[in-house]
This record gives sequence, C-alpha cells and structure tokens, in this order.
Amino acid sequence: MSFMDHLPILVVIIPLLTAPLCVLLNRPILAWFVSILSALISFFIAIQLVFQVNELGTISYWLGGWEPPWGIEYRIDLLAAYVLLIVTAIASLVMLFAKKSVEKEIPENRIAYFYAAFMLAFAGLLGIVATGDAFNVFVFLEISSLSSYALISMGKDRRALNASFTYLIMGTIGATFILIGIGSLYMMTGTLNMADLAARLPEVADTRTVRAGFAFLTVGVGLKLALFPLHLWLPNAYAYAPSVVTAFLAATATKVAVYLLIRIILGVFTLDFSLQLMPLDTLLVTLGLIGIISASLVAVYQGDIKRMFAYSSVAQIGYMVLGIGLATTTGLTASILHLFNHALMKGALFIALGAIAFRIGSTSIKDFSGLGKRMPWTMAAIVAGGLSLIGIPPTVGFISKWYLVLAALELELWPIALLILVGSILAVIYIWRLVEAAYFGKPNPYQYVQEAPLSMLLPLWILVIANFYFGIQTDFSIGLASSAASELSGVGR
Amino acid sequence: MIELPGIYNYLVVVFLMMAGFYVVIAQGNLIKKLVGLSLFQTSVFIFYISMGKISGGEAPIFVEGASLYSNPLPHVLILTAIVVGVATTAVGLAIVVRIHEAYGSVEEDEINAKDLVDDAITEEAPSVNSRESQ
Amino acid sequence: MIAIAVIRIRDLFAVIMLSGIYSLTTAALFMDLDAVDVAFTEAAVGAGVTTVLMLSSLYLTRRFEAKPKHGNVLPLMVVGITGAALIYAALDAPLFGDASAPVHQHVAPRYIQQSQAEVGMPNMVTAVLASYRGYDTFGETVVIFTAALAVMLLLGIQKGSEYRPPFNSVDDQIILKVVVKLLIPLILIYGLYVQFHGDFGAGGGFQAGVIFATGFVLYDLAFGQKQARTVISPAWLPRLAALGVLIYGGVGVVSILNGKAFLDYSALSQDPVHGQHLGILLVELGVGVTVFSVILLIFFAISGRKRKT
Repeated sequence: MSFMDHLPILVVIIPLLTAPLCVLLNRPILAWFVSILSALISFFIAIQLVFQVNELGTISYWLGGWEPPWGIEYRIDLLAAYVLLIVTAIASLVMLFAKKSVEKEIPENRIAYFYAAFMLAFAGLLGIVATGDAFNVFVFLEISSLSSYALISMGKDRRALNASFTYLIMGTIGATFILIGIGSLYMMTGTLNMADLAARLPEVADTRTVRAGFAFLTVGVGLKLALFPLHLWLPNAYAYAPSVVTAFLAATATKVAVYLLIRIILGVFTLDFSLQLMPLDTLLVTLGLIGIISASLVAVYQGDIKRMFAYSSVAQIGYMVLGIGLATTTGLTASILHLFNHALMKGALFIALGAIAFRIGSTSIKDFSGLGKRMPWTMAAIVAGGLSLIGIPPTVGFISKWYLVLAALELELWPIALLILVGSILAVIYIWRLVEAAYFGKPNPYQYVQEAPLSMLLPLWILVIANFYFGIQTDFSIGLASSAASELSGVGR
Repeated sequence: MIELPGIYNYLVVVFLMMAGFYVVIAQGNLIKKLVGLSLFQTSVFIFYISMGKISGGEAPIFVEGASLYSNPLPHVLILTAIVVGVATTAVGLAIVVRIHEAYGSVEEDEINAKDLVDDAITEEAPSVNSRESQ
Repeated sequence: MIAIAVIRIRDLFAVIMLSGIYSLTTAALFMDLDAVDVAFTEAAVGAGVTTVLMLSSLYLTRRFEAKPKHGNVLPLMVVGITGAALIYAALDAPLFGDASAPVHQHVAPRYIQQSQAEVGMPNMVTAVLASYRGYDTFGETVVIFTAALAVMLLLGIQKGSEYRPPFNSVDDQIILKVVVKLLIPLILIYGLYVQFHGDFGAGGGFQAGVIFATGFVLYDLAFGQKQARTVISPAWLPRLAALGVLIYGGVGVVSILNGKAFLDYSALSQDPVHGQHLGILLVELGVGVTVFSVILLIFFAISGRKRKT
C-alpha cells in the first residue's frame, strides 16, 4: 500500500495521537503548536480525500488488514469526505483563534490538557464520519462526547458545570439508546458493518425488533443532535463553554450528528424502510418546523448573545432535519448544503463572540452598546454572519434556504415554505436587536475596549469571506452536495 | 407463537433497564443519577451477552474436543462498553464534585434554582472590566 | 430487586453499595452465560472501581439525598414508552440460547473456526478484541485516556494532601496493615499474570491494569496518601497514560510504515501468526499501562480533594 492509500485512517489518527503528545509535552505553547499543526495536516488530507473520492469513488480501508464485516472498515464516500472537509477546516481556523482566547479563559497549568481534550473531541468527530462500522461509531461518539463534557465544564461560570453535567446525562442516555439500537440490529443480522447491514436488513425489515432498533437509533442520535424537543442540553452548554469550545462544537458537533442521522436513515436503512414502514418523514418535518419556530422565538428573548445564537443553532438544526424529512433529492441537497453553510456562519459568529468575550469579558447584550465603533471589524463580521443566518443574498445562508424552499415547493407544500420564511423573519428580529445595541447604543464610558487581535480577526474574516464566496461561487458546494445527495438516495444504497 | 421462556431473559433485561432509566430521569440527586446511569448501562450489557449465548455452548476459549462455543463478538463489544461506562461515570463524578464545590449542593432542583438567580444577576448588572477576572 | 431498592433508598451510601452488589450479581450472570472475560471485567470495574470512586466522591459531597419535590408522572411515562418499545422489540427477537439465531450465523463462525489459524490465540475473545476489532479497542483505550484528561481538567491533582480523617483510625490497626502488606505483592503478581495470560485464559491488559491499580489503591487506603504518592508520583501518571496510548497507536503506525493497514500486526514479523502474537502482546501492554495509570490518577484526583462544606 502506498502512502496515499492510508489517508482515510491518517486523517483520524493524526489528531488522535496528538492528544497524548500534548500531555507529554505539557507546555501551553508547544501543545498549541502541535495541535494546530495536526489540524492543518488533517485539513490537507481531507482536501486530498475529496479529490480521491471524486475521481475513484468510495474508498474502503480495512483496519488491521481484516476484510469487512470481520474487521472494522473505514468507508469514505462523497458525503463523508465532504463532512471531513468541513470539520477539519473549522478545526484549523478555530485553533488559530484559540491561542489568545485559551490563554485568557483557561488556567495556565491546564492549557496543555485542554488542547489534548480538544484534539480528542476533534478526532472523535472525524472517527464517527469516517467509519463504516456501527459499533465503532459508538466508540468514537464516546471519545468526542467525553472530551466535550470536559471542555464545556471548563467555562468560567459555575453554570458551565451544571450545563456540562446535564449534557453528560442526556448524551449518555443517547449513547445507550444507540447501543440498544445497534444491539437489536446485530441480533437480527449478525453483522455490525454498515454496508453489510444495509444488504442484510431488507430480509428481516419486517420484524418488530428491527423497527424498535431503528427507533432507538433515531432517538439516540436525536439526543446528540439536539433535535427538538431533545435539545434542552444545548443552549446552556454552548452559552457557558469557553469561547473556543463553543465555536468548534457549534460549527461541527451537530453537523456530525446530522451526518450520522443521514447515514442511518439512508445508508443503513433504505429510504423505503425509513419512510414507508416508519412514519419518519412526517415526524422529522413536524419536529423540524416546531424546532425552527420555537427556538427562534426563544432566541429573540435572550439577554446573553451566546445563548441567543445557541438557540438559533437549535433552529438551524430544524432546517437540516426538515430537508431530510422532505425525502427528495432536492431536500437532501438542501440539508447537506446547510450542513456546510451553517458551519461557516456559526463558526464565524461564535469566533466573533469569542473575540468580544476576550476584550470585554462578557457576551451580554447590555455590553454590546456602542461596540460597533470600538470593535468595528468584529462587529462587521457579526453583522455579515447575521445576514447569512437570515438568508440574504449573496450569502451562503440564502443558497441553502433557497434550496429548502425549492424542495418544499416541488412537493407543493406551501405552508412549509411559508414557515421557513417566518423562521427567517424571526432571525431578522434577533439579529436586529444586536445591531441596534452595537451601532445605535451608547458606549459604556467606563470601559476601554480595543479591536480584537489579528490572530482572532484572521480566522474570523476567512470565514466571513467564505460566507460570501460560497454564496456567489456556488459550483463547488452545490456540486458536491447534490452529487452526495443523489449518491445516497439514488443508487439503491 | 411466541414462546415465553425464549424471550424471558430479554423481558427481565427490559425491566432492569427501565429501572435504571427511571432513576436517571426522575431522581434529583446527581450521584443517584449516575448510579442509575450505570444500572441502565449494565442492563444493556446483559442484553448483549444474552444474545451471544448458545445453549450447551462453551466459553469461547479454545479447548480440545469442544465444538460448540458461545459467540465471542458480543463479549468483545461489551468489554469495550464497560470501559466506556466506567469512563463516563468517572467524568460524571468529577463534575459532581466540582458542582458541589461551586453550588454547595448536589440536588438538581437547588442547583437549577441557583442558576436562575445567576441568570437574573447577569441580566441586571452592567459589566465593568474588572468583573472578568475572577 | 436490587434495582428497586436503588430507587427507593435515600441513603446514598447504601445505594452505592447496592449498585456494587448489583454489578457482582451481573458478573455472576455473565459467567453463567459463558462470558468469562466480561464477567471478570464487570466484577473488577463495576463492583470494584466504580464503587470506590463513587464512595470517594460521596465523601466530598453529601450522604443523604433530599426528598424529591416534584411529581414523577412525566418520567414514568417516558420510561413506560421506552419499556414498551423494548418489549415490542423482544417479541420478535430470536429465542435465548438458540444456536440458529442470525447472531451466530454470519460473522461469528469465522472468529470461532479461523481465529486459531489466523491469529493463533486460544482465547477467541482476545483474538477478536485485539486483532479483528483491534481498532475498537484502540478507541476504548483512548476513551479511558479521555476520562483521565477530563478528570485532570476538572479536578487536577492536589499536592501534598494530608491524611484523610476517616481513614485515620486505620493507622492504629496493625493487623490490617500487615495483611495489606502481604496482599499487595500477591495482587501485583496476579496482575502481571493476568496481563500476559490473556492469550490463553480470561484476562488481558484491561483487567490487569485494573488489578494493578487496585493494589495501589489498597496501599493508599491503608497507609495514607503521602506514602502512596512517594511510591508513584501523581505527576507521572498522565504521562504514563499518554505513553500507553502511544504504544498502542505506535504499533499501528509501524504497520503503516511496513506497508500494511493500520494495526495489521502481521506486518510486525515475517511469520504473520507470530506477528499477530507480538502485536497483541504490545497492544495489551499499552492498554494495561493506560488503564493502570488512569484509574490510579482518577482515584488520586477524587480522593485527594479537600472536603468543602
């Protein structure tokens, strides 16, 4: 095997092995350096993988040299490569932003451990995406979850601890549900490999055990996904976690969970099973819509901007789930597009909030008064991210909403299209509150505030520019999303 | 049609699982929640191991002369899952200890009440630069 | 029965003890179901480690639970629905102990029939664990390492903490100290045996690590923390844990460098089966080192913390 054949595993184990390295080095600056280095390396590997998959089709990598289903398989198809790309890109940018922010928010003797945990969360997410084995998903899910609990609990406020504990309980229930689901499927088929499961499930699809297994998997992933009404852990977890953690998790963790949901519904079970035997489409559409509207409404009333955007994340997850629930290729394309686009906007927004927290030590809306003048670049980035969140052309937010509305109209579901627009209007309201405070409010005279440092502005503006670039130059993202969507829903698997 | 003894094992497991699950979601004490969580998980382990059993089978360690072994795969999976479970419990306990130090309580209701107070304080107080360094 | 008691009793000490007993019962059940390795682990971890950790944290918090105030209708409903779903699932499940169930048909026979020739291990569980699904076990090692990191991030290890009051009484008990002194070498030797015997019987790196750590925990309980910490310095534990993960990962990287897939042990030697043997030995060593140091680390971190009232 040549070096290039090993890329699917290298993208995961490089960050994974960086974690113990951080602990051995135990110096903040060194730990940061190896972490950003490994994030960048895995980003380049992910780019390479996208090209490889595009040219040669799905890659299968046999871990330990054992052929599946006896051994564990890494399976990178177009969608997986695409999600790997998103996660590694965000991780690299967040790491760039992390240096100063972490120095400020984390006690110095814990910084090396912090980066180690961060790398584990990162590698865990990548592992979930890359693997083709159902049980392996569980293992890597736990790697990323456990490290996320620790990372969230590092927030300065004591509420971070409570949020982290709630997340731990909910997350572990979710993981155990997933375990039950995997167990039932294994019981009926005798295999754990996802492709093999897909091949063997139709035979036993009509049994109660398989149906219940499906239900447990969906609910379990729904918990991780923060799908309405299982989202209760998310707002506080995001609001009180250190800025770096929020920026990273908000932009990636829920995306990976959405990916997992797509994998289970379309990859392991077929569309026919998911939608005809189980009333999943109606369920997902309903929950998605309620999620969009209710979370957006709550977001309007939040005093803390970080929490406001956390609720907005719940709403955005609603959009993605809605797209899956529509169960057409266009709907799926919209979901996958939104996966990418939402990572760009939330990454930008939370990094900007991190920069503000770095300078003024708070993200309460009261402290935003007059910030437009004092931190012009950061605030401009927030406004740009906000425009994207609302879905105003020429941002990426517009593109994914456009596709979503299109998908709804294809099925002649006018009310859904209308509700999507209502969601956008609510977004206008909560973004406007922010703009009003920042640009029309009076600055606090007792506060001396500087613009954020360059190491924060750089990743921030890369993301902002990406928000516009991919909003205008849509070939890359739409091309990838629609071919991934048709690969999933089209050819049998 | 359905032979009860055949699935009796599973029914017992379901009962145990639900007992654990109930403790997790209904109890207010954080440590008890963790105990419930491990109860819940342990029951899932029994579910896996039950499905690997073959009547009359041997433990899956190669012995001359034996031909029927129970299925080793569920055992492997559960070994992994047990470890994951204890890791989760350890992290959970560490958080509980910190929660107790920060809130002086390990009861969910009391903690949530204090959180609400914190929320109100953040809403009211105009923050000054000095507030950030705790 | 134990499960119900756990729900009803408010004395958390009793609850934790009961959950330990529950774990032991489960372990016995696993023995009955032919899962010797699992039984071993459950007994060591569920009944041993978890209980000790829970008790240590209980010491730091509060023993008695407050009376619940709110109703429990909603939780009961959720549990009811979930339970119903599970029973629904069980109705179509293959019968217990049935050799023709799908579980035993597809993937498993190869492990049972071929693992002797392909991996050369009498213990099929070890063969599957360390080789066929070696990557899962790598993940598992990383999970434990993650737990250690999390605990370090949350609690840290406090330096030079004094004797803890409740164990002071132990100081005077000479018999106990002597017994412990005699026991510890035995435990450690047994740990080594389990570590290297995993190929043939039940056991392996994980169980060995737990047993080894138990030896030190016992020493700590009997002689106090200062002494335990002079034997093994807490500062080295995270590094040791990291080292274990690196040993495991390193084996995988070596196979890549030799042109085989990650964790393909046949790359380690000319003879594939010998390579498998060597690989499993190394990997189990990595697991053992990590588990040992992590468990000890978590114990030190939780038990070394000062009580706050």
